[in-house]
Amino acid sequence: MTNSFDDIANDAQVYFIIGSNTTETHPVLGMRIRQAVKQRGAKLILCDPRSIPISEFATLHIRQKPGTDIALLNGIMHVLIAEELYDKKFVAERTEGFEEFKAKIMEYPPERAAEICGITPEEIIEAAHLLAENRPGALLYAMGITQHTTGHQNVLSTANLQMLLGNMGVPGGGVNPLRGQVNVQGACDMGALPNVYTGYQAVTLEASQKKFEEAWGVPLPNKVGLTVVEMINAAETGKIKAMYIMAENPMVSDPDVNHVKKGLEGLDFLVVQDIFLTETAALADVVLPGPSFAEKDGTFTNSERRVQFVRKAVEPPGEVRQDWWIIGEIARRMGYDGLTYNSPREIMDEINRLTPSYAGITYDRIGTQGLQWPCPNTDHPGTPVLHVGKFSRGLGHFSAVDWQPPAEEPDEEYPFIFTTGRVLYQYHTRSMTGRSEGLDAMFPEAVVELNAGDASRLGIADGQMVKVASRRGEVVAKAEVSDKVEAGVVFMPWHFAEAAANKLTIAALDPTAKIPEYKVCAVKVEAAA
Amino acid sequence: MATVNITIDGQKIAARAGSTVLEAAREAGIDIPTLCYHPALPPEGACRVCLLEIEKQRTLQPACTFPVTEGMVVHTRSEKVISARKFVLELLLSDHPLDCMTCEMAGNCELQNLAYEYGIKESRFPGIQHSYPVDDPNPFIERDYNKCILCRRCVRACNYMNGVEAIGVVYRGFQAKIGTAFDGYLEDSPCEFCGMCVAVCPTGALIPKQRKGQGREWEFKKVTTTCSYCGVGCQFDLNVRNGRIVQVTSNWDAPANHGLLCVKGRFGWDYVHHPDRLTKPLIKKDGAFVEATWDEALDLVASKLSEVKEKYGSDAIGVLSSAKCTNEENYAMQKFTRAVLGTNNVDHCARL
Repeated sequence: MTNSFDDIANDAQVYFIIGSNTTETHPVLGMRIRQAVKQRGAKLILCDPRSIPISEFATLHIRQKPGTDIALLNGIMHVLIAEELYDKKFVAERTEGFEEFKAKIMEYPPERAAEICGITPEEIIEAAHLLAENRPGALLYAMGITQHTTGHQNVLSTANLQMLLGNMGVPGGGVNPLRGQVNVQGACDMGALPNVYTGYQAVTLEASQKKFEEAWGVPLPNKVGLTVVEMINAAETGKIKAMYIMAENPMVSDPDVNHVKKGLEGLDFLVVQDIFLTETAALADVVLPGPSFAEKDGTFTNSERRVQFVRKAVEPPGEVRQDWWIIGEIARRMGYDGLTYNSPREIMDEINRLTPSYAGITYDRIGTQGLQWPCPNTDHPGTPVLHVGKFSRGLGHFSAVDWQPPAEEPDEEYPFIFTTGRVLYQYHTRSMTGRSEGLDAMFPEAVVELNAGDASRLGIADGQMVKVASRRGEVVAKAEVSDKVEAGVVFMPWHFAEAAANKLTIAALDPTAKIPEYKVCAVKVEAAA
Repeated sequence: MATVNITIDGQKIAARAGSTVLEAAREAGIDIPTLCYHPALPPEGACRVCLLEIEKQRTLQPACTFPVTEGMVVHTRSEKVISARKFVLELLLSDHPLDCMTCEMAGNCELQNLAYEYGIKESRFPGIQHSYPVDDPNPFIERDYNKCILCRRCVRACNYMNGVEAIGVVYRGFQAKIGTAFDGYLEDSPCEFCGMCVAVCPTGALIPKQRKGQGREWEFKKVTTTCSYCGVGCQFDLNVRNGRIVQVTSNWDAPANHGLLCVKGRFGWDYVHHPDRLTKPLIKKDGAFVEATWDEALDLVASKLSEVKEKYGSDAIGVLSSAKCTNEENYAMQKFTRAVLGTNNVDHCARL
């Protein structure tokens, strides 16, 4: 997130939420936005194909077809430019590439955009006017924007919109991706990515390579590695022979899980480190028991880039050992002593030394309020809002972005658009929430959300078991017939291994971000025998 | 900052203009008892425990809603005030079970604390007492309205913290109670079980079902940590007794959430103590897992990874780190991948 929860909650005059079921997936932020709308009259534009709990609080709910976000955003920007409602001063002083971008936007008058999105031009115009009249505005998105084959370009479009409105570098504004898991931000910051060391220092950059070689005392590879989905593909083709998986459950979370199973089963060696025997751990040759969050010390970095303490409250069960100790021991047994630490604090000291944006985020300074990166030295107070006065790269770059259809579109055989998401009472692959008595009781099984018109045409009643099939697999679950989804769209939460929505999803990737297109594929639906 | 000059119990105070007498007093370190007031909620003026004598006012006034004005002279502990406070407490206790010895909130109950402070053992006003059934079947929140003092903190929490307005005051007069629309179960209302009502309840009327019978308030050790679920990164206090978590309570000082929590954060921690937890290393032999020692398991992992590295090269190994693990653990894992395995094949589910 470029901004922080506090300024978003307190200062935004309008919220533009696209691809985030905020009150279910980030409930506390959802609560604060609800308050902003209720108590101080902030406006809320929701762009989501589904009717979700926060719809009730929306000033305007645009229900675009899944996979049409760029057309929608370009349409809104067309109105802003054509009616000269954009922030000319900001565009002139702080950005570049406007003319080329404008030429592209001019190809998306509201009528054309509306046709692609399956909405009316008036909705697009109203959204543009609400954004122009209420500033600053905060744009929030989650996986609804990124999990597309055009995910990378979707994100560029959101940045285009906020620059056009001059909503960057100000409290209550910004482009704010909401991180789905507690430490996604931190895992990325720490370089648990195939292309960067900590703090996004590229592995291909000679200077970074040298710096880390010196610090770690070994030669390091400078070739970009494989992403999750690429590793699984490489496992299937035999290029990857062994995997070490810590606290991840690709057997439920990855696209096309039948294909994941084949890949993992074909490995020569699989070691999984987790707190439960997950669907993935069940396939392992060795399983190593790790601690839960309540049994460890360390830090998490939240969506607003705030590093906060995690504190050990209880002893782990049985012979469970700390994750960092396990990793260090394997390293030692492979002949490397540079991972033998005595405490998480020692590890953070090393992170501080090697990571410019974390240099000032020391255990002595984190305290009760945490610190937000970039925090380049131990006198720095941290950075609540990014890009104030100047973008990190200098001028903000407008990107000319075209809408492209999703990788797989409905056809005669698979006539429905299939899209996935989460629910309030479950989390990710359910390894935790499925073992929380109350949470699991509230939402114990998968459902298939069907539009009432579609359901009656197919002769399917609410609560009836239905079979949903794509080119990759099929699942059976209970139908929930309502107007939550529009005609032609089918939704399933993906938490449930028993009716795994990811048996249906497609492993088509965004070419730049390598993110799978979970939010759109084609399925057929019929009553289950 | 604009200020107004007031006098509280003879102490001259430059109070923040626009503040209430209660805020001005507390900022100056003068304690005024309250029940319906909660610093994270708008004031209500419902319980009358904070009544004060303000010179030139005809009657006693509630400190929590009365604004400061220039030259105001306030008495917080005059005979009239103390007697009114006791009277209010006695009225509250006249319809409150005196079962503190078994009440979960004993030791942390604001009504109990005030009764202790003002020496009230029982009420002089015996009369009808409510006898509400305690029967909401939801898995999270026990609602015992026999212990409710109608302070409306829960109603305000639902409105001003969560926002769904699942509960309000239903019925009127002596029959007034807190309830959902049509006075039904929480599960049949818009309630999202964030438990903010539980967090602000001053008595034992609303308690987490998980903590029932798990110990007394004074036995709980509180450890501030960060929630294990979404990327908001809420902080809260794990309440621990005998090595087990018994409940999660709001930490009002938390920077990302300021005490707010959702159902997963407040009630979804019990997986930590689930019997399915892995407790020993496992090695698969002939298709079945067999328990192993750490040395066996770690030696096997080290030798197998070394073997694959030798035979097929570093890039034949892939590593998945985790968005559920700490920064320190993720750092160690990517360093292991790069420095020990010699590949950049490390990723986690940021994209999933």
